[in-house]
Amino acid sequence: MGLKIERNPAPVWFRPLIPLLAIALTFAITSTLVLLVKANPLQAYYYFLAEPLSSRVSIIEVLVKSTPLLLTGAAVTFAFVGGFWNIGAEGQLLAGATAATAIGLQMDGVSPLIALPLMIAGGFAAGMAWVLIPALMRVKLAIDEVVTTLLLNSVALLGVSALLNGPWRDPISQWPQSPEIAASAMFPKLIPRSRLHLGFVLAIVIIVVMWFVLSRTAFGLRMRAVGMSPDAARFAGIKVERTLLISALASGGIAGLAGVSEVAGIHFHLIDAISGGNGYTGIIVATLGGLNPWGAGLAALFIGVIDTGSQSVSRALGVPVYLGDVILATLLLVTLAMLLLQRYRVSWSRE
Amino acid sequence: MSDILSTTFLVGLIAATLRVATPLVFGTVGEVITERAGILNLGIEGIMFLGAFVGFAAAAKAEAAGVAGYLWIGLLAAVVSGLLMALLMGLLTVTLGLNQHVSGLGITLLATALSLFGFRVVFGESSVLPSIDPFPQLAPLGKDLLISPIFAQYLLTYVAFLVVVPLGWWVLFRTNFGLNLRSVGENPEAADAAGINVFRTRYAALLIGGALMAAGGAFLSLAQLGAFSPGIIAGRGWVCIALVIFARWNPVRGMLGALLFGGVFALQLRLQTLGFALPYEVLLALPYLVTIAALAIAGRNAAYPGAYLKPYRRE
Repeated sequence: MGLKIERNPAPVWFRPLIPLLAIALTFAITSTLVLLVKANPLQAYYYFLAEPLSSRVSIIEVLVKSTPLLLTGAAVTFAFVGGFWNIGAEGQLLAGATAATAIGLQMDGVSPLIALPLMIAGGFAAGMAWVLIPALMRVKLAIDEVVTTLLLNSVALLGVSALLNGPWRDPISQWPQSPEIAASAMFPKLIPRSRLHLGFVLAIVIIVVMWFVLSRTAFGLRMRAVGMSPDAARFAGIKVERTLLISALASGGIAGLAGVSEVAGIHFHLIDAISGGNGYTGIIVATLGGLNPWGAGLAALFIGVIDTGSQSVSRALGVPVYLGDVILATLLLVTLAMLLLQRYRVSWSRE
Repeated sequence: MSDILSTTFLVGLIAATLRVATPLVFGTVGEVITERAGILNLGIEGIMFLGAFVGFAAAAKAEAAGVAGYLWIGLLAAVVSGLLMALLMGLLTVTLGLNQHVSGLGITLLATALSLFGFRVVFGESSVLPSIDPFPQLAPLGKDLLISPIFAQYLLTYVAFLVVVPLGWWVLFRTNFGLNLRSVGENPEAADAAGINVFRTRYAALLIGGALMAAGGAFLSLAQLGAFSPGIIAGRGWVCIALVIFARWNPVRGMLGALLFGGVFALQLRLQTLGFALPYEVLLALPYLVTIAALAIAGRNAAYPGAYLKPYRRE
């Protein structure tokens, strides 16, 4: 007697339903915690899902929260599709944020037309640099990238902290935060007097480009082949190492852009909480999105809703704001388990 | 400079090194055992955090209720929470055969979020951090000898160095169970053919590991600090992940790595209090950088368990 898992791909129509089923199941599981704090789960989920979409202000806030997630989600999706298990988006984001700050601090009196492209290019390059060593180790030495990319997250955080406690410590407030970047280096707002900024457009562009590359170019085809089976790809004459290296570097660069976007669009200086776990949440975005660019886009927006909603749930019902994080983590695990249904049939056998 | 060369400084440094290394020893040995069975448990960071929280919350409640052994209740509760998370990890990666690294990170995110949620539920939003009367330090050599401070440690520190490390090594390398565990991590197909229950063995390894990780976290809240805060683990789980590789999957070498890191950590803390301006972050980044360098040098010969990261399915 036991769980039986057989190869048996699910019908195509079923696949888009998997994330929806996962969301429903996650809410069912986490409602026990809502009951634990003596709140009404239905009411709580109303605040989680409907409240953030009920006013113009909060919809804008959802988009603001989604912006870094669109980028880290795109970064992780790109890497995972290409078969590079980059779990270092957090560190690459911090590297991008650091580079953006370094450039932004020097941009006094420079036109935004020069400053902004410089910051974007610098952040992309820094993200690529942060993933370069794990990528080379994987390609040249066949050393698994999971641990190396993960450990570099901690190194990046310590690096940021060293800068903020050392050369970049704000000379006026003495807080561990960098001085403010030049005005010309700040991303313009998309809507006046809101927090929505150019980073959102950048993120959408990245998603579209990623979709194009993955599904409309020969390189995308090679990437997916390498991601599915490096041996088969090699047999088919694909330069596996080169393809892996490019996927990894592009992924790191995109994660770096998330750092640029947070510095130039929201905070305007570097703080050590600049990421707040967006790199790790990118893994949730990519998984929930089924490693598909549009899926990642929708997942990032959905998580933006949950993030915004956890604030209003907390305000309205006194449910601790961390319920949002519990929901997201549960959602990751449930989605992961349900994706199994895409490839296998799970049944209970009595033998 | 004379401050640093004095014997008191050295004795204090050694004592602090043992303290700092304790949670790392628990975590590293737990992760070594888990990885030897072929499972990378990236849930370690979250499990240590959950252990610290659950241990503290249970102890605080028991103390408030006037139960004498409240610290032991806390420790037990922490271990149970570690076992539960290990079971969940087993369900995902052993039974369902899902991606180990994403599952492990998911466990870390879940355990962390649950702890923070639980902390708010149990202790509310009071601005004063709740605290408990923690485990006392033992003093087998009294207080008067020059080397007394080195031995003035918590019971859990003694357990870590004198029980967890030798026992972990002995079980892994000198028992049938350890042989089975390693063969399951090295070549599950062959182990299965030899009649070893791969699934059960991997669950056992995960459970032992989860219990140790949670105990390591609980050491911080129940002994060293007597309190819980969101920054309590602060990447110690990731340090353990690095130490496991540095130690080439051996508990004894893992202990040496933990001592090395503990020493560096304790030293930078002391130098800072003495007014030395040093970018301590560089020192703290050492375990990660050294591990990555060690991997790069070992290259293709890095001694990964054969079935590392590979789910096992009976076809």
